[in-house]
Amino acid sequence: MSEIKKFLYVNRKAPYGTIYALESLEVVLIGAAFDQDVSLAFLDDGVFQLLKKQDTAGIGVKNFSPTFRALGDYDVTKFYVEQESLTERGLTADDLMDITYEDEDDDYEEKPSIRVVNRDEMAAIMGDQDVVLSF
Amino acid sequence: MSYQVNGTTVEHDEEGYITTLSDWSKDLAEVIAKQEDINMNEEHWEVVNFLRDYYEEYQIAPAVRVLIKAVKKTMGPEKGNNKYMYELFPYGPAKQACKIAGLPKPTGCV
Repeated sequence: MSEIKKFLYVNRKAPYGTIYALESLEVVLIGAAFDQDVSLAFLDDGVFQLLKKQDTAGIGVKNFSPTFRALGDYDVTKFYVEQESLTERGLTADDLMDITYEDEDDDYEEKPSIRVVNRDEMAAIMGDQDVVLSF
Repeated sequence: MSYQVNGTTVEHDEEGYITTLSDWSKDLAEVIAKQEDINMNEEHWEVVNFLRDYYEEYQIAPAVRVLIKAVKKTMGPEKGNNKYMYELFPYGPAKQACKIAGLPKPTGCV
């Protein structure tokens, strides 16, 4: 078996208005089939992708935010959200969706996928990756 | 390309997935299933309904690995396994059952 690499998908754009956020999610879903170590990072306007209660009826596009909650089933369990990006936009962790995964190594206990980290920690996480994909 | 059901026409793509998700009905599911050489019984419906619920909640048609894992969780290991699911849907449980359920082709499915 080939070596497992660490993949980080960096999301910097608001969920709607451009195709970046949805395309990133699609790539994550496809990539999840390859049994790699996948993490997601949300910074700048990318933090808006994880907001609770998104309603896209007025703009006539699909609200794909519920799909983030399915990623635990795809073994994608690490969502790093930058604290500074939240603060700059007047948001807190409470404004974000509840996203959980079941830890197979801990009797399938439900654990939160979202981890809020500061800018320095985010830099360290990025530095630790084999592959970084930016959207 | 289209299916005919109860006198109405429902458009589908080149692989048979319907183009407008709200066009779906149980009668349409039977029509699609027939074309796939599947005779819908209770076990088939259980999976199709499960997929529709999954899509409703997550807005995504799950990959086969994820589907089988999720079925195992809610319906038990005697149903959530490859053998059972492929016996019901020989050409791929996610691919075929999604088509019958009126959902898009699962992301990442070739």
